Amino acid sequence: MITREIDKKTIYSYLEQVQDPEVPALNVIDMGIVRDVLLHDDGCLEIIITPTYSGCPAMDVISMNIRILLSTIGFKKIEITQVLSPPWTTDWMSEEGKRKLRNYGIAPPNPKQQVCSDKLFAPNEAVQCPHCDSWHTHRVSEFGSTPCKSLYVCDDCKEPFDYFKCH
Amino acid sequence: MRSQSTNHLINYILHLADDSLILGHRNSEWCGHGPVLEQDIAITNISLDLIGQGRNFYQYAAKLTNESTPDPSFAATEDTLAYLRDIRQFKNCLLVEQPNGDWAQTILRQFLFSAYQFYLYQQLQNSNDETLAAIAEKSLKEVTYHLRWSSEWVIRLGDGTSESHQRMLNAIDELWVYTGELLIAASYELRAMSTQQGVDLTILKPKWEEKVKDIFVEATLPWPGERFQQIGGKEGKHSEHLGYILAELQYMQRAYPGCEW
Ligand SMILES: [Zn+2]
Repeated sequence: MITREIDKKTIYSYLEQVQDPEVPALNVIDMGIVRDVLLHDDGCLEIIITPTYSGCPAMDVISMNIRILLSTIGFKKIEITQVLSPPWTTDWMSEEGKRKLRNYGIAPPNPKQQVCSDKLFAPNEAVQCPHCDSWHTHRVSEFGSTPCKSLYVCDDCKEPFDYFKCH
Repeated sequence: MRSQSTNHLINYILHLADDSLILGHRNSEWCGHGPVLEQDIAITNISLDLIGQGRNFYQYAAKLTNESTPDPSFAATEDTLAYLRDIRQFKNCLLVEQPNGDWAQTILRQFLFSAYQFYLYQQLQNSNDETLAAIAEKSLKEVTYHLRWSSEWVIRLGDGTSESHQRMLNAIDELWVYTGELLIAASYELRAMSTQQGVDLTILKPKWEEKVKDIFVEATLPWPGERFQQIGGKEGKHSEHLGYILAELQYMQRAYPGCEW
């Protein structure tokens, strides 16, 4: 049975079970896409989420998975609201999330850099290889397998890898 | 009865949505056909961003439509707006519906449009309509990437080999006639501007021109200057190309109404 006493912290810990379908190493809390959890007086549980990119196809699946999880736990009235402003940024990704990404083989986003500027032919960001820790890497493509990643290759271990680009 | 003021706003939002959807659809035609894998991925990522932006606008237009004309037998959704309107109801500019042509033409179309969209969203962030401001703020981060990527390609091709340079010249000849329309306000844009929901295109015009000039100089491409301009798309008068796009885009929903993945 769910009572009104249930607190936000508990809900957040439930939400840690919802994975990002495109980066299964991360859950929605690691990604920083859960913006708030509201328990309304009428018993409705509202989860406020924000998309990473406007066209992120994972958002619909994520909303559905949150709904399924919470109703399995026993919540009756669930509302999932999407907000756009302020826009999501990789700064909201948790340190735990960055560590998990690295272990999964994806280079985590660097702390904020100038990549989001409109400066042309800007030098590549220095990105550390998630396989061998070398900084001797170069960018192959600014765009990768999903909108949030770009493609890099390590010049030491020669492995290609995804970089979760700063946004 | 829908008020005049809501009507113009819905038209304004549909115009923004249609621009994004149609260009997103055009770019998606490159999927699997890009000149190299990395650029195939780049152009389809840009498609995804544009279609996502379009969805945000359509969802908002649907909400306003339903609020102003509560008709339980027909509720507007992002899908009905994208899939069930006819060609004369589409308010995208002519530029975005032009065929992909070669890579040079696709690149130039993207660059001319991204430069416009960049300054458009920059201004729209200040809209007194909170939802429009939020969509603009979100989209601007993505369009910044699009503008940088397409600018680099214009320079690479314009200042590349004699063949790539010639192809860029051909692309300019093909597309320049559709650039004027971007910055000539349609009736609903004027209304949206007067209520401070939309942007003032006269502020955008010098910024757009300066950006395009700067990149053309670096790309060793001539500034085309004043030429005859074709307009009408934003008022629903389209080139023959849009009909073919809609035939493909809307086929499934027309043939199997309400079908889902
Ligand atoms: Zn390595």
